[in-house]
Amino acid sequence: MNKSSDNLYWKENIRILTILLSIWFVVSFLLSVIFVDQLDSIRIGGFKLGFWMAQQGSIYVYVVLIFVYLKMMDNLDRKYHHEEKDILSEEARERGETGDSGE
Amino acid sequence: MSLQIWTYLCVGISFIVYIGIAVWSRASSTKEFYIAGAHVPPLANGLATAADWMSAASFISMAGIVSYMGRDGSVYLMGWTGGYVLLALLIAPYLRDFGKFTVPDFIGDRYYSQFARMVAVVCAIFVSFTYVAGQMRGVGVVFSRFLEVDINLGVLIGMGIVFFYAVLGGMKGITYTQVAQYCVLIFAYMVPAVFISILMTGNIIPQLGFGSELNDSFGGGYLLDRLDGLHEELGFTAYTESVRSSIDVLFITGALIMGTAGLPHVIIRFFTVPSVRAARKSAGYALLFIAILYTTAPAIAAFARTNLINTVSNAEYSSMPSWFRTWENTNLISFEDKNGDGLIQYVADPEENELTVDRDIIVLANPEIAQLPNWVIALVAAGGLAAALSTAAGLLLVISTAISHDLLKRNLMPDISEKQELLFARIAIFFAVCIAGYFGINPPGFVAQVVAFAFGLAASSFFPAIVLGIFSTRMNKEGAISGMIAGIVFTAIYIVYFKFINPAADNADNWWLGISPEGIGTLGMFINFAVAVIVCRFTSEPPQAVKDMVLDIRVPGKPD
Repeated sequence: MNKSSDNLYWKENIRILTILLSIWFVVSFLLSVIFVDQLDSIRIGGFKLGFWMAQQGSIYVYVVLIFVYLKMMDNLDRKYHHEEKDILSEEARERGETGDSGE
Repeated sequence: MSLQIWTYLCVGISFIVYIGIAVWSRASSTKEFYIAGAHVPPLANGLATAADWMSAASFISMAGIVSYMGRDGSVYLMGWTGGYVLLALLIAPYLRDFGKFTVPDFIGDRYYSQFARMVAVVCAIFVSFTYVAGQMRGVGVVFSRFLEVDINLGVLIGMGIVFFYAVLGGMKGITYTQVAQYCVLIFAYMVPAVFISILMTGNIIPQLGFGSELNDSFGGGYLLDRLDGLHEELGFTAYTESVRSSIDVLFITGALIMGTAGLPHVIIRFFTVPSVRAARKSAGYALLFIAILYTTAPAIAAFARTNLINTVSNAEYSSMPSWFRTWENTNLISFEDKNGDGLIQYVADPEENELTVDRDIIVLANPEIAQLPNWVIALVAAGGLAAALSTAAGLLLVISTAISHDLLKRNLMPDISEKQELLFARIAIFFAVCIAGYFGINPPGFVAQVVAFAFGLAASSFFPAIVLGIFSTRMNKEGAISGMIAGIVFTAIYIVYFKFINPAADNADNWWLGISPEGIGTLGMFINFAVAVIVCRFTSEPPQAVKDMVLDIRVPGKPD
């Protein structure tokens, strides 16, 4: 295996994690807990914004974060040609699975 | 049709489906028994993880807790969903690439130490038993209320069903049963929520209805403003205001998040998918499916709270609707006419308050309070059972693998054949079901208190050990083991002191830095990290083979 390409891949992976986890931290702890009173002065319909972030918004952001991560890692894997191995191993397993179902 | 017939029908059909799936998906190897042969598609794994995660507590109690805690209920909403982001980004893909069967497998191999493996086994078993006792109780409560059988008989029926499909199918049977259970529980949760949202606000989507204006028959105005007003009138803190201090909310949320990301029965689900990419994807699906329920819960909480106050406050006791009497019979509602005026005073002041309402009623009685048809109420019964059974099965599997695989095969009896290991796994499930059932029938009084324990322990032991094991090649066994022990001991002492030794002192004045026992796991986690890093610095590096293994799991798709 190529060590330097593995290192570059890992560095880019860490960069993606840093960006996404920073957003995660801001949403979970700053917007929904620390600055909640300031946000509450803004209203959207019947919701105070801070209350909405803590009981609804943060959860939506979490879901979006994981799917963005999936997308970014797909691109990264493609760039480093990991996806072929992954798909190959998946296909191999599928062949194994059709073998199993005969039992 | 009567409620009784509807309930038997809903519960009966759902049980037949679970048994049918179990017969269809029998496990024939340890790989199938432990991790469903690692070929569960991501969508199915997402559904199964969601059902595995959402327990009787999520289904029955959470909306009720939020309803009583108002704004502060958000610690559970964020705590039990935010952990999935950490799981997806920091843990699941790498552990899938590692490609073994259990969490103690990883800890034991990564830290090249049988002692570390045993610490992980003990934590996994303790955390899982804590949890499973509550599930069996939940099964009993649903049976006794909706089918009017004895609570103990209800527990026995639940034990029988779980035993049947867990022993027969192992992880494979459990996974596909959980897929069906997710469908049952989410349908059962959403139908009453949508009905009530339409009834009170005219909005079909509960997540939006909760921020809408009330219908005229409920007095108009925005729902949350109305609720804040009612709360203040009765002397409670406004619904959307916080009672707890920011630092405590911060630490509780942190402990629940990190605990979620370190719970073995959740992590193990990501061993069952075919690839690293599938592990990432199924974490996304899992959280999406969980979010449907978790964003609906606070809406139900607000609707139910408004409805409850409107119905009971200063109303005549003699004119209470029939659901009030039904739930009085189960002791979940009690009324004591302190001032003898025949009216119900429901206020914040404990001296004058005359009504005690158990929080579990919010979900269980909601359809009756909102006068929904019988089939909806029956559906809620089937949903509660699905939630409890799916979580119980996942936990029982963790206990069984911890014993047959981690303790026997990887430690005490390495020479046993696969057939023998499989037999031991099935025997272990049998005993685990019996112990869980025993706790369900004779619930120890401390179940509620030890739930904080389960999360605190997972946050202060597994989470740092796993994350350091992946993100630091330098971390060695001395660092990891001392970190885990420091984290657990600190967290355990703090919780045991306030929950068991001196419960009278359990209030904000006595807490260290204002952190409640529920939130102390976050501090335990920091201590674990700090001790691990310092000890690691002064002890020898891990062997080259371990470093190579860490580098290997960082890059997907490499041959094992």
